[in-house]
Amino acid sequence: MKYVDEFRDGDIAQGLSKAIAAEVRADRRYNFMEFCGGHTHAISRYGVTDLLPANVRMIHGPGCPVCVLPIGRIDLAIHLALERGVIVCTYADTMRVPASHNLSLMRAKARGGDIRMVYAVTDALRIARDNPAKEVVFFAIGFETTTPPTAVAIKQAQAEGLTNFTVLCCHVLTPSAIMNILESPEVRELGTVPLDGFIGPAHVSTVIGSRPYDHFAEEYRKPVVIAGFEPLDVMQAILMLVRQVNQGRAEVENEFTRAVTPDGNLKAQALVSEVFELRRSFEWRGLGEVPYSALAIRAAYAEFDAERRFDLEYHPAPDNKACECGAILRGVKRPTDCKLFGTVCTPESPMGSCMVSSEGACAAHYTYGRHKDA
Amino acid sequence: MGDVKKGYARPLDIKQGRVDLSHGGGGRAMVQLITELFAKHLGNEYLAQGNDGTLLPAGAGHLVISTDSHVVSPLFFPGGDIGGLSVHGTVNDVAVMGATPLYLTAGFILEEGFPLADLARIVESMARAANAAGVKLVAGDTKVVEQGKGDGVFITTTGVGYVPEGLRLSGDLARPGDVVLVSGSIGDHGMAIMSQRENLSFDAPILSDSASLHGLTAAMLASGAALRVMRDPTRGGVAATLNEIAHQSGVGIHLDEAAIPVKPEVNAACELLGLDPLNIANEGKLLAVCAAADAERLLAAMRAHPQGREAAVIGRVVEDAHCFVQMKTGFGGRRMVDWLSGEQLPRIC
Repeated sequence: MKYVDEFRDGDIAQGLSKAIAAEVRADRRYNFMEFCGGHTHAISRYGVTDLLPANVRMIHGPGCPVCVLPIGRIDLAIHLALERGVIVCTYADTMRVPASHNLSLMRAKARGGDIRMVYAVTDALRIARDNPAKEVVFFAIGFETTTPPTAVAIKQAQAEGLTNFTVLCCHVLTPSAIMNILESPEVRELGTVPLDGFIGPAHVSTVIGSRPYDHFAEEYRKPVVIAGFEPLDVMQAILMLVRQVNQGRAEVENEFTRAVTPDGNLKAQALVSEVFELRRSFEWRGLGEVPYSALAIRAAYAEFDAERRFDLEYHPAPDNKACECGAILRGVKRPTDCKLFGTVCTPESPMGSCMVSSEGACAAHYTYGRHKDA
Repeated sequence: MGDVKKGYARPLDIKQGRVDLSHGGGGRAMVQLITELFAKHLGNEYLAQGNDGTLLPAGAGHLVISTDSHVVSPLFFPGGDIGGLSVHGTVNDVAVMGATPLYLTAGFILEEGFPLADLARIVESMARAANAAGVKLVAGDTKVVEQGKGDGVFITTTGVGYVPEGLRLSGDLARPGDVVLVSGSIGDHGMAIMSQRENLSFDAPILSDSASLHGLTAAMLASGAALRVMRDPTRGGVAATLNEIAHQSGVGIHLDEAAIPVKPEVNAACELLGLDPLNIANEGKLLAVCAAADAERLLAAMRAHPQGREAAVIGRVVEDAHCFVQMKTGFGGRRMVDWLSGEQLPRIC
């Protein structure tokens, strides 16, 4: 496949593998966090860690939209479907995330909730047009990549006078999550998460640009290399991170220059700030309440805000006590450190969110990496 | 009125007519649907017996029987339709057992309001597929459900054939050292359906590989290679089928990604939708496990057949108490190939 195969070439991978091996110093360890689930998935699916020296360790970060969605938010969507007779439109990944009362959107659907899997928010708009007598809610999740399309949909609904369409906004922000991890006691004081650098987001950075990461590199002295989601991108980024560490640099470098600029997509940013505003605080699974880490719909577009239209009240709900998703999302634990992993928690019957999405650390390890534990 | 012939019944309006509840009511309308549509295309001496059951001659060897329900959506897709698919799917399940498929039964669940013209297309397609596979439809059933209680048409077929004495192919016969072969490019059927559903258009549309494999299986058996297992990787794709074989045989399987044939357009569609070709359904491909010493002979026999032109050795059977299927990626790493979890592609066949 043109423009894709070039970034999965096994010969180039071998060359990069040798370059990394030649670059690393034998007397130290290198611990890098890949923030995005997209990177986690690529690393697992292509077996990237097999091509890395033993002293380079990849730590999975919280950048998996489905994984960081707290139970309370899914409960709201289920409430809309089961109690309020609303058609809830959602991305397929969200369907199986466990919620309160032993429910999930999938189980709520089996109980008669009208819940539809969509590939894009435009499908939800179409469903709203086709069902004028019903309320249609789009369950909007995701980082900065999926936010502009939601903004477009809201403006489109306004232009069309589509009065039965609203959005349950759960869009979250990448820089706040990175900041939260850097400020966490595990990283700052306890040293339980030794972090030598970040692989920065691919698609998110096409929207927000590379500048937002400057702060982390300067303030926290952590190198950041923005990388694409193809396995060669990841290898190249690791090589660049190793070089920064060896040379004592902490800079933002951009491996993904074919798509990311310093300023990002200004048009998309303008659209987002026109429709959305910062929430004072938002609960993340694993990270807890994080200040100014998510978006809400501005008052000017209040009529498209499901939380306002249905007078929804958020109730936090605790995760399963034995579930380690929280610690795994912060990079404190690995999937295999969780007692539930691979026993009662599997992709078929997930207990925690990290086992649900293919970008989740647990699902990626279960599906692609289990042979390494054998 | 004097012109009307005695005993005349107005024929079914195939062009404009629609299925109604009387077509499943057990009365004259049902008989008319059966004779003017089903029997017209699928009739033969066995179906003509017209009894509650059909008498069939006994054959030599072991009887093989397999059944499959077909609920694919859309009913008509690039490269096929539910009619042909309902024959191919069941013929293949019988053929990969090493049997010659001989007879089929078919049960139809029709939804009230379904256009008779579409039903006729489906039945004609079944007839073509059955003729091509040399199988006869020997029993059938039709039920009609109210509008909204079905989705056009569901078809359940059962296939019967005989395996010659002394031949046994089974999922529990793979042994360490054996090789794994595939008959051609994978994922075509599933992505043909998905590209219709998601309105993906490509320069060259992806066509389903829906086809009967009895000719290919016969050629493979005739090669004399020591075949252990044959199986057609439908729902769940190659990944699911190989995991089944690994668990049944208590072995591991190591695949080589670079050796697995995938059409560029299938790869592109999978990429776009975030799917893995290994998990995608096939309806005209088979996987085979055979003794390593016979791999070349089997591969040559497969490639000599039109349905096996792109056949390839894609992996080996290894000792592994965990029964893992693993793959050397084209990138140079190694990963598990697991069963698909969840239900990415409902109603694919």
